[in-house]
Amino acid sequence: MDFNDTPQEAEYRATVRAWLEDNASEYRDPPAESWKLPEFIARSKAWQAKKHAAGYTGITWPKMFGGQGLTPMHSIIYGQEESRWHVPQGLYSIGLGMCIPTVFTHGNPEVIQRYVPKALLGEEVWCQLFSEPAAGSDLAGIRTKAVKDGDEWVIDGQKVWTSFAHASDFGIVVCRTDPSMPKHKGLTMFIVNMKAPGVTVKGIKQMSGGSDFNEVFFDGVRVNDSHRLGAVGDGWKVALTTLMHERLAVGGKPRYAPGYETLMKLAKGVEAPDGNPAIGASDVRQKIAQTYINDQGIKLTQMRALSALSKGQVPGPEQSISKVVVAKTMQDLASFALDLSGGDGFVAGADADPELAKLQGSYIGSAGLRIAGGTDEILRNIIAERVLGLPGDMRPDKDTPFNKSTAA
Amino acid sequence: MNFDFSDEAKELGEQARKLLAEKAGTGPARKAMAADAPAMDAALWKEISELGWTAARVPEAHGGLGLTVEEVAQLAEAAGGSLATVPLVSTLLATEALVLAGTEAQQAKWLPGIASGEIIATVAWSEPGAVNPANVKTVASGGKLTGVKQPVADLPVAHVAIVAAAGDDGPQLYIVDLKDAQTAAVETVDLVRRHGKLTLNATPAEALGTAGDYQDWLDRAAIILAYEAIGTASAAMAMTVDYAKTRVAFGQKIGRYQAVKHKCADMYIKLELARAHALHGVAMIGTNGAELRQAAAAARVASLDALAFCAEENVQLHGGIGFTWESDCQFYYRRNRALIAALGPRGWWADRLVRALEQRNRAAA
Repeated sequence: MDFNDTPQEAEYRATVRAWLEDNASEYRDPPAESWKLPEFIARSKAWQAKKHAAGYTGITWPKMFGGQGLTPMHSIIYGQEESRWHVPQGLYSIGLGMCIPTVFTHGNPEVIQRYVPKALLGEEVWCQLFSEPAAGSDLAGIRTKAVKDGDEWVIDGQKVWTSFAHASDFGIVVCRTDPSMPKHKGLTMFIVNMKAPGVTVKGIKQMSGGSDFNEVFFDGVRVNDSHRLGAVGDGWKVALTTLMHERLAVGGKPRYAPGYETLMKLAKGVEAPDGNPAIGASDVRQKIAQTYINDQGIKLTQMRALSALSKGQVPGPEQSISKVVVAKTMQDLASFALDLSGGDGFVAGADADPELAKLQGSYIGSAGLRIAGGTDEILRNIIAERVLGLPGDMRPDKDTPFNKSTAA
Repeated sequence: MNFDFSDEAKELGEQARKLLAEKAGTGPARKAMAADAPAMDAALWKEISELGWTAARVPEAHGGLGLTVEEVAQLAEAAGGSLATVPLVSTLLATEALVLAGTEAQQAKWLPGIASGEIIATVAWSEPGAVNPANVKTVASGGKLTGVKQPVADLPVAHVAIVAAAGDDGPQLYIVDLKDAQTAAVETVDLVRRHGKLTLNATPAEALGTAGDYQDWLDRAAIILAYEAIGTASAAMAMTVDYAKTRVAFGQKIGRYQAVKHKCADMYIKLELARAHALHGVAMIGTNGAELRQAAAAARVASLDALAFCAEENVQLHGGIGFTWESDCQFYYRRNRALIAALGPRGWWADRLVRALEQRNRAAA
């Protein structure tokens, strides 16, 4: 047992590392000031084009779609090496991670030819339009409708929590095309032009004050039938292809989130109730231990999955525990550490200690992370049902025509 | 990256689980609970010894198979899941101490008998009034030990005990031939596994390694016991899940209710975290890795957390039937206490984990 690369993996890693040394030098350190959107987009496009020319995009995609036809291990090694640099990241993760694989799995040849190469090159940005105000965890309850009109479909409705909608050229949108069918059956997936007449994008201001997501409104937006992904009524099946990729993408602890080391450092400088340094207090040490066990346990669990991939096997289901553990651990750690700091943990802005400000950010951000990409509750359902084989929740509306159920 | 058991170790684990599913389990455990039942399943002990389980970790020079701690971990997990009434884990823990710290002569004296199954070995650190393995009061003086050890797992059937006592440099291990010692049975909360009281009154003992070796052995013991706990916790989880799939309340299977299924998911989450750290520990032993101490302590804490949660919620999710004497829930619920007693409480190990992390931080600074 070891944590080493196989000779082939080591060789690929060395090639990637050398290429990054030669090409990513301007991203050795984090930017002095975080990039504004236009600069972020410009830098993302330039970096993607550079990667594309060198063969580091679509690493696992089939060659016929412009990919490299390599293994998940190659893609992971590239990701590990790239994450040592501060290159612009995120603009393409949804498009290339989820939307385009859906396009090349379910689109017709002309559509694939038109959209896939430009997406891979980074010329066009994509977003995913699934969630709605009344359909989050219960995604199949969406109401945005598409009505056939000749060769076209007309889309009306509203989507929400769409990352990068404001920077996107295209999106994949799931719509209800037959409300007389039960809710999972009457859905259809389309490619939509985000610049088309009738599409309105509005930023959502989050609890954190940041604005990472959007609402998207569709008002009589016309889409040609050639831009349908999969058969009419198969939208749920198509969406599952996309979500399968999302579950793989949303996983580990965010790169800059505080961990047990933060609490360890903090506890040396603050007092426990008995007046001694808090690092000696039993509850503090227990919390450090628990945070290590959870965060490091997830890292090690991911290494178990990587080992399976490295041997060409399918990873076991154990990785399904990642996000549900990581998000809550982040919240618990931040809450405990801020509590330990008394009023100092509460003072924000210019008067705040920078380490405590980070913990405040983590406390607020973790509340969102516990919901994004599957709530804690949905993820526990998935573990119980898919891993342990327990029966699904009772769903009184499952077989009812959508327009006859109480939800409609 | 190859962070996984070898195929050979997995195969042995599979063989062990299969045999113990047939020959052990809650049925035999219930028979063993009777006051007049034998202290171990001698026929099963003979069979598993013949299969080489007790010889797994013993070097070939001493009549063993010279296998790795990976095989030991697999055997401990299988034993834990089956509640088998054989002194396998006690013997594996003692073997690990002899392999780690024994002189050539000590190994030659004890290991061949352990490998063949003729010698049953156990380990004894717990004392009246002591709550952690760093605080033992039994004293060593002039090759003799004086003190009381209890509860000692499998003492009533053991021939030799590896005993922790205060030496010149702090606590360390000693070998005590039990024919020189006074032993008695001790009742514990676990009604299946037999425990004993070892009274040492200037009893002859041989030092086994150094005080440093004792600390290293604690790491290895924590990992082996983590696998036993993981096996036991997995069995408790399987029992809960099976019941949730069949029991009907309010017109549907109780496994459909999120209050029930989410607890099952939490059992799985805690178990996978424990598995990750325990496997880390096994990898660190195999590669002489620098993270052994933290991996071992994390494995110990995470496995105790998983076992306590699975054992407790198993009773809870069974409802009233789970609280009856006839229900098998009590075996896991009681064994939970045995595995805590086996190497000291969660709190001490959590603190040991933090100390290991602090030391690494200092070393890195």
